[in-house]
Amino acid sequence: MEKKLLIGNEAVARGLYEAGLRVASSYPGTPSTEITECIAKYDAIYSEWAPNEKVAMEVAIGAAIAGARSFCAMKHVGLNVAADPLFTASYTGINAGMVIAVADDPGMHSSQNEQDSRHYAKAAKIMMLEPSDSNECLQYAKLAFELSEKFDTPVLLRLTTRVAHSRSLTALSERVDNVLSEYKKDPMKYVMMPGMAIKKHVVVEQRILDQIAWSETSEINTEEYNSTEIGVITSGITYQYAKEALGKNASYFKLGCVYPLPVEKIKAFAAKCKKVYVLEELDPFIEEHCKQNGIEVIGKDAFTLQGEYSQSLIKQVILGEKDDSVQTDLEIPARPPVLCAGCPHRGLYYALKKLNVTVSGDIGCYTLGALAPLAMMDTCVCMGASVSALHGRNKADSENAKKSVAVIGDSTFMHSGVTGLINIAYNQSNSTVIILDNSITGMTGHQDNPTTGKTIKGDPTTAVSLELLAKAVGIDRVRVVDPYNLQECEDVLREEIAADAPSVVISRRPCALLKYVKHNPPMHVNSEKCVGCKMCMKIGCPAISIKNKKSVIDFTQCVGCNVCSQLCKFDAIEEGK
Amino acid sequence: METKSIMIVGVGGQGTLLASRLLGAALLSENYDVKVSEVHGMSQRGGSVVTYVKYGEEVFSPIVREGQADFILAFEQLEAARWLPFLKKGGTMIANSQKIDPMPVVIGNAQYPDGVLEAIRATGVDLVEADALSLAVEAGSPKAVNVVLIGVMAARMDLPYTVWEKAIRETVPEKFLEMNLKAFKLGFESAK
Repeated sequence: MEKKLLIGNEAVARGLYEAGLRVASSYPGTPSTEITECIAKYDAIYSEWAPNEKVAMEVAIGAAIAGARSFCAMKHVGLNVAADPLFTASYTGINAGMVIAVADDPGMHSSQNEQDSRHYAKAAKIMMLEPSDSNECLQYAKLAFELSEKFDTPVLLRLTTRVAHSRSLTALSERVDNVLSEYKKDPMKYVMMPGMAIKKHVVVEQRILDQIAWSETSEINTEEYNSTEIGVITSGITYQYAKEALGKNASYFKLGCVYPLPVEKIKAFAAKCKKVYVLEELDPFIEEHCKQNGIEVIGKDAFTLQGEYSQSLIKQVILGEKDDSVQTDLEIPARPPVLCAGCPHRGLYYALKKLNVTVSGDIGCYTLGALAPLAMMDTCVCMGASVSALHGRNKADSENAKKSVAVIGDSTFMHSGVTGLINIAYNQSNSTVIILDNSITGMTGHQDNPTTGKTIKGDPTTAVSLELLAKAVGIDRVRVVDPYNLQECEDVLREEIAADAPSVVISRRPCALLKYVKHNPPMHVNSEKCVGCKMCMKIGCPAISIKNKKSVIDFTQCVGCNVCSQLCKFDAIEEGK
Repeated sequence: METKSIMIVGVGGQGTLLASRLLGAALLSENYDVKVSEVHGMSQRGGSVVTYVKYGEEVFSPIVREGQADFILAFEQLEAARWLPFLKKGGTMIANSQKIDPMPVVIGNAQYPDGVLEAIRATGVDLVEADALSLAVEAGSPKAVNVVLIGVMAARMDLPYTVWEKAIRETVPEKFLEMNLKAFKLGFESAK
């Protein structure tokens, strides 16, 4: 059997492929994105980027009911967007298997909150599996389809950042093609009106009981018996941390299925150990289950609700041991992420800074505009909120409506910004919405979206026209600016913010990291002309720094965007040759 | 054997991910159990980035914590200092002499400390300094800093040279292969 070093996400994709997956639809979100990118490499599977997670999940539901094994992937907050279909798909069940991958981000490497999606499994009454390495990612993805069909339910596959983005050895096998199951019209199963749903709820409750019975004997909930002193109940990546920290000094009960949880099997394990710890990141989900069932365990009282666990934390809390380490007494400045050199968002933010407006922000690379020196974002809550929250702000304080704007990326606007814009037009607030159109979904690593004119496989397709869309929903004032042109940005924004009508400004320039974008030769500073006024530092370009009281431009980073030279009053920044 | 831990630290965009993949491929062909942990997304944008590579008979945790790294391969001086506490007693720090100002320094809110490498050496750790940027430019591109540094570390490890060459062939696109092989060789020879 061939073994490869795969990241967890790649292994999930491989497992789905081997299980005969036919239809996949997702919206990108760190740390889940690569699952669908890897699926797109298999020609045997239809795959797509959907405009948002709700659409993606509904596509998967439709495909599963039609009889194809289907899949969707999202990050934890994406599951909030898709929660509506999730809860009722639990009632309809499926025709062919359906798997939903959800990737949590303990420690918030790339997220706006630290929510624990295991609560969704319990709330929607949907089974949830949790792998602890890449090989399990592959195996559990396949098992999830079997369980989905066995119990007539969608199945959730939960990952966390360290599982999704760690490479480990994964055993591959061949794909087994899955034929389309026959679709039979069955309104009692697929049409959820009260009369049908009341009957289906009974089925759902029985299904949970059946799944608990399954979990009492399933091989993915395994016991590893080493010691009577310390018992550990755990799942996912925390199992790997515990094994490294405690080795043979502890016995382990590893849960491959985190919802629904077995009762008798955990009781029997706990009875064999003097002290039993529950090791789980984020919320006390397994711990509360144990306590509800009268099993005495130590959990969050000794550990933490916040951030990631590690082998070191476990070793320290349970064994009282700590590794020695060395330190210098240097003061080390932080290195926060920044907008890249040549990023088109920079020029637009600089124009906003000059206009001194309140900025209702959104989720994407451009959220980095909240950091110094641009510091031009006042709020950021969730995908699409910039547009709707600006409307709310302007309705609450109409006198200041001419001092506020929303900024939202092209992909985020497609995801859930457009509904907010419809609300602005329909309920007429004097709002200015700026769409930062860099022709790609940037933050998650360059995925196409409905505005880019390309599918997930790079094939040409129809592209949404942001101008026509804005006009169609009822916005009469629609302008397009080039963010590399600071004066144009400032002039147009000043006009649109002052106008007595809702408006949309499209700031259009492709991401500087896109392969097709041609870069100019790097700019350079004429040190005889530079007076060291630091005006060019105000845009926060990582390619510019001060050496010996004069500006210098790092040739390895500069892409020749020319924005800095527009700020220099001494013509000291010159184009490269 | 006991599990060995390597950290690759630097600034987003310096090519740390490719370096960790190359290292993973080399260790794998020597039949070790290998785990590589990467962080994608937000931290790619010029922030401090770290990847972990662990290998041995059976590796459990994919991450490395304070006092556990056998090697730290630092692509930038400040990052070497930032991650120094993760080095094990008796471990080796390989530091590129390149300096990249973080944004708080660029805008004058913080100072880039002087004498970073001297301060690291003064703690008594085994420090290997490399001018990887010059060697990368010599090999043909400043982007080859990552492969130069892998070469420097390879000189301190006991994997056969051919294993590294094979891993480079597997990891690097065809059109950059010759340049990267040269970059590796320059790094390797500079540390011998």
